[in-house]
Amino acid sequence: MMQFMLLFSRQGKLRLQKWYVAHQDKVKKKITRELISTILARKPKMCSFLEYKESKIVYKRYASLYFCCAVEQEDNELLTLEIIHRYVELLDKYFGSVCELDIIFNFEKAYFILDELLVGGEIQETSKKNVLKAIAAQDVLQEDETPQGFFEDHGLG
Amino acid sequence: MAPVRGDGMRGLAVFISDIRNCKSKESEVKRMNKELANIRSKFKGDKTLDGYQKKKYVCKLLFIFLLGHDIDFGHMEAVNLLSSNKYSEKQIGYLFISVLVNTNSDLIKLIIQSIKNDLQSRNPIHVNLALQCIANIGSQDMAEAFSNEIPKLLVSGDTMDVVKQSAALCLLRLFRTCPEIIPGGEWTSRIIHLLNDHHMGVVTAATSLIDALVKKNPEEYKGCVSLAVSRLSRIFTSSYTDLQDYTYYFVPAPWLSVKLLRLLQNYNPPTEDPGVRGRLNECLETILNKAQEPPKSKKVQHSNAKNAVLFEAINLIIHNDSEANLLVRACNQLGQFLSNRETNLRYLALESMCHLATSEFSHEAVKKHQEVVILSMKMEKDVSVRQQAVDLLYAMCDRSNAEEIVQEMLNYLETADYSIREEMVLKVAILAEKYATDFTWYVDVILNLIRIAGDYVSEEVWYRVIQIVINREEVQGYAAKTVFEALQAPACHENMVKVGGYILGEFGNLIAGDSRSAPMVQFKILHSKYHLCSSMTRALLLSTYIKFINLFPEIRGTIQDVFRQDSNIRSADAELQQRASEYLQLSIVASKDVLATVLEEMPSFPERESSILAVLKKKKPGRVPENEIKEAKSPVPNHNTQNQNNHATNNSNHTSDLLGLSTPPSQQQNSQSTLIDVLGDIYNQSSGVNNAKKFLFKNNGVLFENEMIQIGVKSEFRQNLGRLGLFYGNKTQVPLTNFQPVLQWNTEDSKNLNVQIKAVDSTLDAGAQIQQMLTAECIDSYSDSPSLQLSFRYNGTPQSFTIKLPLTVNKFFEPTEMNSESFFARWKNLGGEKQRAQKVFKAQLPLDLPGAKNKLSGFGVQLLEGIDPNPDNMVCAGIIHTQSHQVGCLLRLEPNKQAQMFRLTVRASKEQVTNEICNLLVDQF
Repeated sequence: MMQFMLLFSRQGKLRLQKWYVAHQDKVKKKITRELISTILARKPKMCSFLEYKESKIVYKRYASLYFCCAVEQEDNELLTLEIIHRYVELLDKYFGSVCELDIIFNFEKAYFILDELLVGGEIQETSKKNVLKAIAAQDVLQEDETPQGFFEDHGLG
Repeated sequence: MAPVRGDGMRGLAVFISDIRNCKSKESEVKRMNKELANIRSKFKGDKTLDGYQKKKYVCKLLFIFLLGHDIDFGHMEAVNLLSSNKYSEKQIGYLFISVLVNTNSDLIKLIIQSIKNDLQSRNPIHVNLALQCIANIGSQDMAEAFSNEIPKLLVSGDTMDVVKQSAALCLLRLFRTCPEIIPGGEWTSRIIHLLNDHHMGVVTAATSLIDALVKKNPEEYKGCVSLAVSRLSRIFTSSYTDLQDYTYYFVPAPWLSVKLLRLLQNYNPPTEDPGVRGRLNECLETILNKAQEPPKSKKVQHSNAKNAVLFEAINLIIHNDSEANLLVRACNQLGQFLSNRETNLRYLALESMCHLATSEFSHEAVKKHQEVVILSMKMEKDVSVRQQAVDLLYAMCDRSNAEEIVQEMLNYLETADYSIREEMVLKVAILAEKYATDFTWYVDVILNLIRIAGDYVSEEVWYRVIQIVINREEVQGYAAKTVFEALQAPACHENMVKVGGYILGEFGNLIAGDSRSAPMVQFKILHSKYHLCSSMTRALLLSTYIKFINLFPEIRGTIQDVFRQDSNIRSADAELQQRASEYLQLSIVASKDVLATVLEEMPSFPERESSILAVLKKKKPGRVPENEIKEAKSPVPNHNTQNQNNHATNNSNHTSDLLGLSTPPSQQQNSQSTLIDVLGDIYNQSSGVNNAKKFLFKNNGVLFENEMIQIGVKSEFRQNLGRLGLFYGNKTQVPLTNFQPVLQWNTEDSKNLNVQIKAVDSTLDAGAQIQQMLTAECIDSYSDSPSLQLSFRYNGTPQSFTIKLPLTVNKFFEPTEMNSESFFARWKNLGGEKQRAQKVFKAQLPLDLPGAKNKLSGFGVQLLEGIDPNPDNMVCAGIIHTQSHQVGCLLRLEPNKQAQMFRLTVRASKEQVTNEICNLLVDQF
């Protein structure tokens, strides 16, 4: 079972965090801080797996973003790398050549896509097509709503 | 400028841009505070906000949270959004809740109704949103509120596939918090049959759920094995097109395959049915064969997915540990990976090989790769890979290659990363001891360890070398000569001085014939280090000096002068002062015979298991590679030949005071060891009968008695509470004054066992008895037991001694009756590394089975009859009650009549309890 996933930039800025186990905020911040600094200090050719406390850390860098997951001892490291990759593929497909900015400005979408891929720390749907279908269905529901935002944002609402 | 957002919320995009444009941390915080103030006033304002505005502000709060700031408002607005009939608003509400709400928040009660409504929606998208939220929070409240709906959604015929997938994982999440949520009964087979579902996504999700259920209840879900094997075999024999979207970079359904292979690792053997077994082996062979085929794609995703399945298959092969052919093939495959250019593969191959090395079928095959592994240890650029190589070398070490591996590890130690040195030192020490055929080699290795990495050599390591030298006459001369040479180095590590001091003090006479190591030379070389050492080491050296007086009367004068030096006899350190003055007096007053008796050579230490292994285990709980080949299942203890050092056990009680240097008044009055520790236990004054050990098995009786006092105990225990009455009887004709019992139980431990003691009168009249009440409350599991330090004056002479109180954790046992089915189910469940402990020990008394049974009953557990087919074996169960939880505990005691040995196995749901129960019972029969 995955315990959490963190996305952070080369500068060490956290871009997304998803926790599948309950921790105090304080603990979450400490773990995040420690992992970001450990991983940023590692060289490119090093292996993608680390031991961290009782869990295994699996991470991979895509362009300027690091994707970092913690899994349990019995979980399969290589496949965790591919969960990350599948997530990147989904983001890429959805945003069209995803970049860090897309995730910053549309962080809620990044969460929604992740929720279709993983539930409760376990993989829910491995088919790329099916996940994209589910996200598209959500978008259709949204489009049915009146586009209210424009008026509201210009004080016309 | 901000990229255009799909769904409006321009205000959010502007805010994000603003934050990004901030040049400094201060301006960012300023901008953020402005926004927070704005949102706060909007939420508090009179004007009611519409859904869109709420959504926008809640989203801004989320963004601020993501920047790493705490958010303490907005929860109510988010809760309101849940019931919006606009999907985008609902979705943002759910997102806020799942990211920001903790499991124990009061808000959860408020959102349960909204979630209920969405679960009943006809739109699967809404249902999934609700399920994902439940899974995100996964609290007890959630489990209670939805224990009906979710299992129904999972197995109902008209649930859509996407919903089933979410329902399975949601149920899994709730099951982890609250195991009772799974209905059982007819549901079992309906859940198992999800493995046959036509939708691969459903099967994948269901496999995760079933894996967790099986861990809890293997018997009930046994039916899943054949279905899982069939599913696997369909995956590997299908042409890729069958699986369509579930083929990942030319690998058929890697996620499902890995999950199924994991699921099968819950059973051992996975199946008794030869047909199913045959099909499983076919699958495993197919996977191994495919590993040899040329890759279908150059992409790393292809090789990762393919190898993920391969590694999991190898895990299963190792777990089954029965097919020699498969094990050896697995080993060869991993051997190829050792020189792969992918660092990840090298890392995993080393890790996996560690497990192969412990199987008797593949141990030899692993050894073939020794050279490559040594190269990995030396050459890998990544310390985590080097660490794996060290672990593997440790695991593959046996008598045939020990010298070479130990030498390579020693060589590497000089340049090894600081982060892994201490562990390496422990490993080298363990291997050297375990596989030494010639103990001079062992002594060399340990002294080298101290020389190369003295700072990382823990006390256990140098204690152990001394034990071994003392117990083995054949190396004593060699050891004395070697330490003497080592001490010649101008800068030698303090640990070397300790070992040198101890060994020369005992065996310096063996090399004194050589003029180069004459008595005076030995003394001078040691004393030249004296002033650079800590006071603990100095104390040890003073003991060495007094021993020298016995061994070499000719240098007595010089040594007495040293004792007389102000820095010793008037040392600010009480321990040094005392030793110097007592040793000085001893050397003056005692006759030669007395001196020879008092300072006699140390008697042999009782053969005991190495404590170093325990240290290694403690350092890395959960992943200490084993260095022991599992033998094909042998139920009867078979330890006549190799009983000493093989079992990894925790012997810490006995080791800490091995030399008795660090703690002058020994706390352990009843240490059963027979050795009279000249160096340490000069403080040990109390004699008398101490029955503390017997109270493991009884609650009432005489705890301690000497010629002045008798201490009786009456105690009773219920659940996690206990009451203990102590009865002090004065056996003398005079009153005992300043009578003061003081509880000794450190604050750390008293968090787990809270002990309150009532005060007593400070005078105990002649012939009188007084009672002292003590209450104990077990809060959490703990080790050891509190002591009572009793001091009083008898005829003006102060008396003081310490007794262990009979408050060991087993007192909170409730005996538990169970039938064999549930016993074995639980036994299997408690199979984790940290849940089991085993020890083999020699019978302390002539084998007495009825007596042993009585003891076990007295220990607090229920003896279960008819569980073990062998009537001599004793099987017991009990529950330890603590305030916070209950710890189930099972144990089995197997006597071996021929060998006069026992094997004790303990399984409990908590590691500390497992070890403690095992430690308490060992050597008690």
